[in-house]
Amino acid sequence: MELLLIILIGLLYGAGVYMILRRSMVKLLLGIMFLGTGANILIFLLGGITKGKPPVIDESLKMFQDNYADPIPQALILTAIVISFALTAFAIVLLKRVYALVDSDDLDDLNTPEEEDI
Amino acid sequence: MKSPILQSATKYLLPILLLFSFFLLLRGHYYPGGGFVGGLVASIAFVLHSFANGPDETMKILKRKPLSLIPTGLSISALSITLPLLFGYPPMTGLWFEEPIPFIGMIGSSLFFDLGVYLVVVGVVLTILFTISLNNLEEKN
Amino acid sequence: MIDNHILGPVFIHLFTAILQLIAWRKTVTQRVISGIGSFLGVLVSIRLLDKVVDNGILTLNASNWEAPFGIVFVADLLSSTLVLITSLAGLAVSLFSSTGINRQRMLYGYFPIFHFLVMGLNGAFLTGDIFNLYVWFEVIIISSFVLMTLGGRKQQLEGAVKYMALNILASTFFLTGIGILYGITGSLNMADLSQKIKLVNNQFLIGITSTFFLIGFGIKSAVFPLYYWLPSSYHTPPSAVAATFGGLLTKVGIYAMLRVFSLIFIPDEFTRNLLMVLAVLTIITGSLGALIKLNIRRLFSYLIVCHIGFMIGGIGMFTKVALMGTIFYLFHDILVKTNMFLIAGVIRQMRGTMEMKYLGGIYGQYPKISLLIALVLFSLVGIPPLSGFWPKIFLFKESLNLEHYAFVAALVLGSFVTLFAIARMWSEVFWKDVPAGVDAEDKFAPMPLARKILLILPIGLLAAITIFIGLNAEVVVQLVDKISDQLVDTSSYVEAVLGKQN
Repeated sequence: MELLLIILIGLLYGAGVYMILRRSMVKLLLGIMFLGTGANILIFLLGGITKGKPPVIDESLKMFQDNYADPIPQALILTAIVISFALTAFAIVLLKRVYALVDSDDLDDLNTPEEEDI
Repeated sequence: MKSPILQSATKYLLPILLLFSFFLLLRGHYYPGGGFVGGLVASIAFVLHSFANGPDETMKILKRKPLSLIPTGLSISALSITLPLLFGYPPMTGLWFEEPIPFIGMIGSSLFFDLGVYLVVVGVVLTILFTISLNNLEEKN
Repeated sequence: MIDNHILGPVFIHLFTAILQLIAWRKTVTQRVISGIGSFLGVLVSIRLLDKVVDNGILTLNASNWEAPFGIVFVADLLSSTLVLITSLAGLAVSLFSSTGINRQRMLYGYFPIFHFLVMGLNGAFLTGDIFNLYVWFEVIIISSFVLMTLGGRKQQLEGAVKYMALNILASTFFLTGIGILYGITGSLNMADLSQKIKLVNNQFLIGITSTFFLIGFGIKSAVFPLYYWLPSSYHTPPSAVAATFGGLLTKVGIYAMLRVFSLIFIPDEFTRNLLMVLAVLTIITGSLGALIKLNIRRLFSYLIVCHIGFMIGGIGMFTKVALMGTIFYLFHDILVKTNMFLIAGVIRQMRGTMEMKYLGGIYGQYPKISLLIALVLFSLVGIPPLSGFWPKIFLFKESLNLEHYAFVAALVLGSFVTLFAIARMWSEVFWKDVPAGVDAEDKFAPMPLARKILLILPIGLLAAITIFIGLNAEVVVQLVDKISDQLVDTSSYVEAVLGKQN
């Protein structure tokens, strides 16, 4: 399971970086989303995968206290998911506005020359 | 996309999904669920409705702009965060009524925080979706 | 000491924003609420700083969970001073925006988002938990995205795409770093981390993790190879927004670096040298950019990059005196950079452009305002007795002491280029006559007096604080001295958060 996740994380990060380096805005957004998912799985993996163990243990059960699932990574991932949800939603609206205005998906068309500045 | 099957299905799905979202909201303190998930399920219910009947019909059910849910939800959450300060506890401490309430169970300030989150999530998701879909309609016309 | 009220500045801005959301589309009400809220924010921050000076480091355990397990908020001298300065800058920008932002942007919720941004800044300064720091960073960048795109002119959207992509990338680096750090140590509380990190066997792994944080914060604070997004986006939004960004956002990156590198990753030889090299290169590229730019706001953007280098250099030396220089410069920079962009906004109101080619004659027309602006410019250049002068002394002294001659040269270069760029701007914008054939569209002169006051008062307020810092340098140096002590010797911070150890 760990090995599988490690390979998946590598793939997600690699794909994310590749997509960010493309010129298309949609691919840029996809790349950012891949990177975010990769980071989330990384936290999940590094928090330690424990199967079938309770996260919260009663104080009286002293003997099981070394043997628990860590709930914090899941809280972190949930927070990160909520945040990336907001960011992605905003980014989609932004890219849509840009597309409507510039009528192009190419990041290179986004450079107004300095002379046209105000 | 006007499909009679989807339209008649959403008629029954909408209340069930809303009920399910409340269920998630209420059990969220000790079990899987909570304000964010509940809010997402509720907004999915409305999104499904707008898929089947178009955003205008959905706006009619909602009666008010979803944007107005955001300040309401935020104020409920913010008040429940700061309420413990009045009792001399740090912010966000859970304050609980002593007696459980029938059907709902124990009620504490964290439930109100979740309720606020629920409203904010519904407001934000619907606002974003309506913004995107209304723009699309304008472009088509 | 535990104090349940240190989150006051955060809550004030939260409630201000909520009230403004309730008053959606009522721009006059929103303006009034914004002014009152910002003013209350300043009062609360003054009280917070006062308490911290009297009682030492204050902490708050959110939800009453004890320190290493729950989220802890810590107000030490550095954070509470930064909260105060942020609130002052926020007050100035809020007053300025009430006339400097057009009504269309206010209708789309400029003010609530602005207060969410200030709330995020205050939260980032006060938190003592590294993941919570990430969350506040996200609050800041989401609000800044909205502020950046409000209004939706073409250039603004172009700047916003670059700004958004690079800032989300920075957050991803930061999040990855947090994930690895949690995997190594099993803790997120910064005070707890500073203890646990020493016990890790594989210090090489720690070094690699620290680069994730360095890159993440480096992008946010616009350090040399990662700064390109800043000059290509900061000239696009309205001046009041640019003032918040230029004055405060990059400085949060510096604050986070100070925190993380003083508490968790104490810089080793390699990191220090790396930071020094980055600092020198940042100053050089920033100055080169500032030399050729003839648009006022583009010029200021490059000056931001240039001056970030000064602060990075101080962190790179990581001695008490160098940190004093960095922290003092941080305080000065927030006030002056905010003010510079507000000034750019006023110039735009007076002439309708920011291009030096088409500007001129402002001194002849508005001598009093020009003198006020000159004062701010002098402070930026670092002429004694204004606030920009003192921190540079510390930086020079320490870099000569440690024989970092390249950094000394870069400091001299940076200061001279700042002087040159500002002098050129002064002669082009204020002294030169209006160029022939340019039809200056003056929106400032016909304004009613109240609006004029609202535009000039914030600049005067910030300038007064700059002079105050310059003249009372002794008090500030004492404060900075204590802050620097707390950063070099973190035992008081750890003790305040975790309680007495053994």
